[in-house]
Formats: sequence, C-alpha cells, structure tokens
Amino acid sequence: MPRRERTRCVSDRRRLFVVAVGGSLFLAGCKGDKEKDDPRVALAARVGPATTSGDTTTKFADDGQWVRPAKDFQGTRFSGLTEINNTNVQKLHVFGTFSLGTTRGVEAAPIVAGTTMYIVTPFPNFVYALDLTKEGMPTKWSYKPRPVNAAQGVACCDVVNRGLVVDAGKVIFNTLDGRTIALDAATGKELWETQLANINLGESVTMAPLVVKGKVFVGVSGGEFGVRGWLKAVDENSGKLAWTAYHTGPDKDVLIGPNFKPFYKMDQGKDLGVSSWPADQWKIGGAGVWGWITYDPELDLIYYGTANPGPWNPEMRPGDNKWSSTVFARHPDNGEAVWAYQLSPHDEHDYDGVNENILVDMDWKGTRRQLILRPERNGYFYVFDRKTGEVLSAEPFGFVNTTTGVDLKTGRLQYAPEKATRIGQVVRYSCPAAPGMKDWQPSAYSPRTGLVYIPHQNLCMDEEGLEANYIAGTPYVGTNVKMYAGPGGNRGFFDAWDPVGQHKVWSIKEDLPVWSGALVTAGDVAFYGTMDGWFKAVDARTGNPLWQFKTGSGIISQPMTYSYGGKQYIAVLSGVGGWSGAIVAGGLDARDSSAALGFVNAMKDLPQKSTKGGMLYVFAL
Amino acid sequence: MSSRSNGWRATCSALIGILLLSACERENRRFQENPPTATPTSTALIVSDLQPGPGMVIPKVEAPYDDNAWAVSEGKSLFNSMNCSGCHFQGGGGIGPPLMDEEWIYGYEPQQIFASIADGRPNGMPAWKYSLSTQQIWELVSYVRSLSGLNPKGARSGRDDHMMRKTPEASTPNAVPKMSSTPPEDSA
Ligand code: HEC
Repeated sequence: MPRRERTRCVSDRRRLFVVAVGGSLFLAGCKGDKEKDDPRVALAARVGPATTSGDTTTKFADDGQWVRPAKDFQGTRFSGLTEINNTNVQKLHVFGTFSLGTTRGVEAAPIVAGTTMYIVTPFPNFVYALDLTKEGMPTKWSYKPRPVNAAQGVACCDVVNRGLVVDAGKVIFNTLDGRTIALDAATGKELWETQLANINLGESVTMAPLVVKGKVFVGVSGGEFGVRGWLKAVDENSGKLAWTAYHTGPDKDVLIGPNFKPFYKMDQGKDLGVSSWPADQWKIGGAGVWGWITYDPELDLIYYGTANPGPWNPEMRPGDNKWSSTVFARHPDNGEAVWAYQLSPHDEHDYDGVNENILVDMDWKGTRRQLILRPERNGYFYVFDRKTGEVLSAEPFGFVNTTTGVDLKTGRLQYAPEKATRIGQVVRYSCPAAPGMKDWQPSAYSPRTGLVYIPHQNLCMDEEGLEANYIAGTPYVGTNVKMYAGPGGNRGFFDAWDPVGQHKVWSIKEDLPVWSGALVTAGDVAFYGTMDGWFKAVDARTGNPLWQFKTGSGIISQPMTYSYGGKQYIAVLSGVGGWSGAIVAGGLDARDSSAALGFVNAMKDLPQKSTKGGMLYVFAL
Repeated sequence: MSSRSNGWRATCSALIGILLLSACERENRRFQENPPTATPTSTALIVSDLQPGPGMVIPKVEAPYDDNAWAVSEGKSLFNSMNCSGCHFQGGGGIGPPLMDEEWIYGYEPQQIFASIADGRPNGMPAWKYSLSTQQIWELVSYVRSLSGLNPKGARSGRDDHMMRKTPEASTPNAVPKMSSTPPEDSA
C-alpha cells in the first residue's frame, strides 16, 4: 500500500498546479438477532400492507423493526404502523431519552432490530445497544472503535456518521477513519474489522453501509480532498474485500464491461473516466460515495450516486469529469455496472449526486413502470426508468438559476453560462448554493399518498474560482463561497411532491435549512426536525402542522418508528452540526463569511437558536 | 524660548527616528537571511495554565516577523497556497478552529503557534515541519497572529485580493486572547 500511494502522489504532483513556495516543499501526505416471541409481529400483521397506488415492489412486512436507516431496500422511510396517526399524534409525549455522550452533529437514525435499539454516534463513533424490554431502555452493551483523532482533519463538513445497519445478527457500521466493523448484535463483541480508507489521502467514511446478499457496501468521502472516489463491497461474514468500483479512471477500474448500457450518448464510450478529464486529473478527481444505496431484488441491482468532482473550481478540470455526480446501477455480486447517468456533467457548483434513489413501481402516463424517484441536489426532481436509466421527468422543486433545465432528448443538464464559476471573477446570486436544493437529508415516500416528502434548503451563493493546490491530506477545493437565504428569505422547506403530476402538493416554509431526514407512516403523518430543535409532525396529505416538541439541540438526523409490545414509538436523535450546523458544532466565527465553505454566512444566527448536543428522544402516545 | 524649541526639535527628531526605524522594519524584505531559529524550547509546548509547584516563568520567544508587513503578507499567501485556508478559511474556521477569535486551544504565544504549525495538533491539524521551512512557519505565525490583532496594526494586511469575505486584518478589532475553556473533542 504505502509504495503505491507514493507513486500516485509523485505523479499527481508533477502535473498539478502546485505553487513552489520555497526549497523545502511539501506534499505532507506523500509519505439483531430477532426474538422468537417478538410481540410486534401481531401489530404489523394487523396493519397489513398499505393500499393506494398499488405499489408492488415496496415490501411493508417487518414494520415493527427498522434495521437500516432507510427502513427498506427501496429507501422509502415509510412505516405501515398506524397506532400513531393524524387524529391522535397530538398526544405524543416523551417516553424515554438517552445521552450519546458526544457533542458533534448527529445525522444517524436509531435502528431497531428484535428487542434492541442500536445507535452509532458521530466521531468518535461509539455504538450503543439499548434494551427495549426493560424500563428506561438501559444499555445492553456499548462499543468504542477508537478512530484516530487525526481523521477529524479530513472530514469536510463536521465529523458525522449517517448510521449503522443490522443484518444476520450483526451490527455493521463505519468509522470516520475509514474502517468497517461488524459486531455481534447480541453481545457487542467485535467479529471483524476492515480498513478501507486512508486519511493521508484525504479519505474518510461518513455514510451508513448497506448489506445486500451477504455483501456490505461502503463508499468514501473526500470530494473536498482530491480523493479518487470508490464504492467497495466487503464480505459480510469474513470482512474480506470482494470488489472495488472506482468512479474515475479506465473502464476496468470502474467495473464497466460488456453489459454496460447507459441510456444516453453522453454516457457511452470507452474509458470516459479518463478521457473526460485533463491528463491524469482523474487520479484526484473526487466522485466519492457518502449518501444512500438502494436495492431492487427483482432486477438484482443496487443504485447509488457519486459525489462532486474535485476540485470545486471547474476551470481546472475541463471535460465532463466522469463519473462524478452520476447515478450508477450495478450488480451487487460482482459490482458490474449496468447503466450510468451523469446528473451534473462538469459540475460547476459542488452539486454532488449522492442523494437517495427511491425505488417504486407506479403508473407512469398509463403504463406500469419500475421507477426511481430522486430529488437531486442540482434542484431537479428526477424520475428514471430504473431498468434503463432513461430520464422520464426532471422538474425543478425550488428556485434554480444556475441551469435552465434537463434536455430529455440528450439527457444533458443545461448550464446557464452567466453563472459559470471562473477564476478571479465573483458570480453573485447563484441558486441553489453549493449544498444544493437538497443535500444528504433523505426524503420519504408514502405509497398511501403517492407523495415524496422532501426536506431541503433554500440557499443561494456568491462564488469565485481560485487556483487549488493538491497537497495530499489537505483540502482541494479552489473556490470562495458565501451563502445566504434564497428567494423569500426562508432558508428551508419541507415539501410534498407529486412525482407523477410533477408538481409540489404542499410546502412548509422553515426559517432554517431543513437538514433532517423525513419519515412518513401509514397513519398519514410525516415527521421531520428543525435545526433549532423542533421535532414536528404534519398531516401527510395536507401538510397541516399537527404536533411539535422542542428537543435540547438542533435536529439534523433521521427520524424512525418501531413497535414493541404492541405499541408504536417514534424516535429521533437531537444534536446540531453537519455542514449547515458547523458554526455551532465547530464553534466557528461568523465574521468570516467564507468559513465552513461559505455556509457560516447563511447561519450567523444559529448559535442563538441552538447549542451542541447528542440525545435520543423516544415518543409514544 | 530657544532652549524650549531645541527640546521640541530633539523630541521630534527622536520621534521621527523611531518612526523611520519601525517603518524600516515594517517594509523590510528579507530575501536572504539565516532563517530565525525555531527551536522553541520545551516550555513552548506548555498548553496548560495549571502548573504544580512554584509558579514557572515561561521564557517568551519573540515572533521575528510580527511587525514586518512583507513577511506577514508572505504568510498570508502561504496560508492560502498551502491549504491552511481549506481548513481554517480566512480565520473563521471550518474543519479547523477559528484563528481570528480570542479562543486558543494550544496557545497564542508565537512559540505555541509555531509548535501548532510545525508539529501539528492531534485532532486533525497536520504537522508541517517537513514541508515548510522554519522561515515560512514564522511568516505563518505572524500572519495567524494578525488575524486576531496580536501583532502591530501597521504590519497587517489592509486589503484582500478576492471576494469580500471579512474585514481586512488591519481593520479587525484586536481580540484579547484566552485559552479555550472547551477541551478539544477526544475519543475518551
Ligand atoms: C486538514 C485540515 C487542516 C489544515 C490543512 C490546517 N489545519 Fe490548522 N488545525 C486543524 C485542526 C482540526 C486544528 C485543531 C486541532 C486540535 O484541536 O487538536 C487546527 C489547529 C491549528 C492551530 C491551533 C489553534 C489553537 O486554537 O490553538 C493553528 C495555529 C493552526 N491550526 C494553523 C494552521 C496553519 C498555519 C495551517 C497551514 C500551514 C493549517 N493550520 C492547516 C486543521 C487544519
């Protein structure tokens, strides 16, 4: 390993814009068990499958548990439980709490498997198992993976963790310093540990793994550090690496072979991961994976998106920069790519493509189709045919002026030339800002309403290109950014979107960016949290506010629901931070409007509205 | 009368002399020189205010470039070209803590900042001593100090070449430095 890294650093260094500052230069980096008598089964059975739009792929069994952050393989974040519903949600009260012992941004979902709740915290990535069978949910076991402290230096946007997964009696999670660890879900005993990322190359891991057919999928973060993005599959039983798919470079590294059939011409051709970059720049071209992976058991395909290309400054990387900001469909067994679609070719504004691909079967213009619903960072709500990668619709779900639309014939995003990022030039009022119309915060889909519930932000920015220097293990960005509220002055929205009608059904204005995920239930209630700590329930059909509770810190995590002993519970983690909350989590100085990649400028008032925290809240009727 | 005006003259020329001298230092460009020795003594690494036993006097190391405008501006361009700005931005912080405020985790004395940069700090601050010369690190020390007004105003940058991100160092109010009361995050 070290030898290989060195060669890579040297060749990168030869070519890149490195400023020679003196003789002594640099390149520092060169160098669940399910209980048998689970009382919830009865409740789930009573609730039965959801009714309306006749969705066939989404399986609603197992509503008592919530074993992965998105609940099901399809990423719906929908629960069939109905005890808590739009007529009684006002009666929710706190059932229990638990302090995580950390103070950085909490993005994870509590996970429930069997009669245990599992939580992974932000760095230093403690894992807790809480016993749901006992009063007060006492700790069954806890685990400290002790990630190296220096890993905090390569986490671009707070030291978050997006959750763990329980599968086949194992708790599987990632650490910030790039390890994937499997624990015995019953005892917390470590079963295996595999080092996947290297912090000296700027690599870290923040995403939740997904387990499909005995393989654990993990991607790398570090689009702001010039990593070469990858997705790896690790054997669930041994922890051994099964395959690696890179997102830049020659086809053989990207696992593109004879069965690769992208729908659009722009994504067809040999070795585009090399030829769409200036010489060798693909080696440090970003395109990590730190968002969501979903799985269709029928087509046997996993779906995920890749992050922004590096550096942000687009003038340093002429070309489409494949395969950054791209949706991939791959076979889970061997990683082989089946199709790909580049959402934002030659990204100009840090529009990562990591958002969730929600898999549903719906009637689309009279025919039943296997679809992907995808509210994208660049501001468009995409509907794809998930067999072919064809874009059926791409309509803006907020104010966009950096692009003018998606050409459905060529599939290509149409950039507004006046908003292009240029070195030494300040372009003002580009919308959406760098975190996009919607960042990591996952939306939810209800088969009862047919609507997608989208938590998102409303931000614009001033942007200036700068020359970026690649120094391994340090940021590789090359822009000045300053963000502020978009049209209307509110910084966030919680919206319901009709994917078939291709329009917004209702929209709730929030003062602060809505950085939490969404949850929707068969009780027709949608839940989300705000950065000033309110946990809110609204009517899934009308958006009418039904209930709210003020938690101790801002909410930027993923709410979930489960049942135990025939009773339904709603759980959420409170603890402000993340990129949007870095001003509080990192104690940043608002006088520098470029701080935290320009997000601080839009969040100057957050320290008055929320303080650091890390707490589980469980609610019940 | 005349003795009085002589007195005035003497005072004036003394003042002008001082001004000229300090102005000289402000404008001095050291293209070739023996880099100031770094070697902050072990006492420089003390980051605690709690010292058992009789109070200890920490010998203060002067920052060689605190009042040299050219060196401070060199420090500023290094701060951006070496990607310090990628983690600390223009002093407001991001991945790394703010450097323009009054709170310091590891100390604001020149030798402490030198140590922060040269040796790195455990929670994600890279060690730069093998990638930057001692002279460059001292330039960075004085630039970092200028962010919160710890060096003479005349030597601080009065303008920024880029998008307006914050008031220039010369017009930023001086902060009264103090050690941070929040201990850095640890992995207990
Ligand atoms: C990869 C991100 C990163 C880079 C690049 C970086 N820093 Fe840091 N810096 C940090 C972090 C994180 C800390 C806090 C470390 C800790 O708490 O242990 C820090 C701490 C510091 C401190 C100590 C602050 C205090 O309150 O005591 C100084 C001074 C500093 N950095 C200056 C610099 C300079 C100058 C450069 C460029 C040569 C630089 N940093 C580059 C991340 C970075």
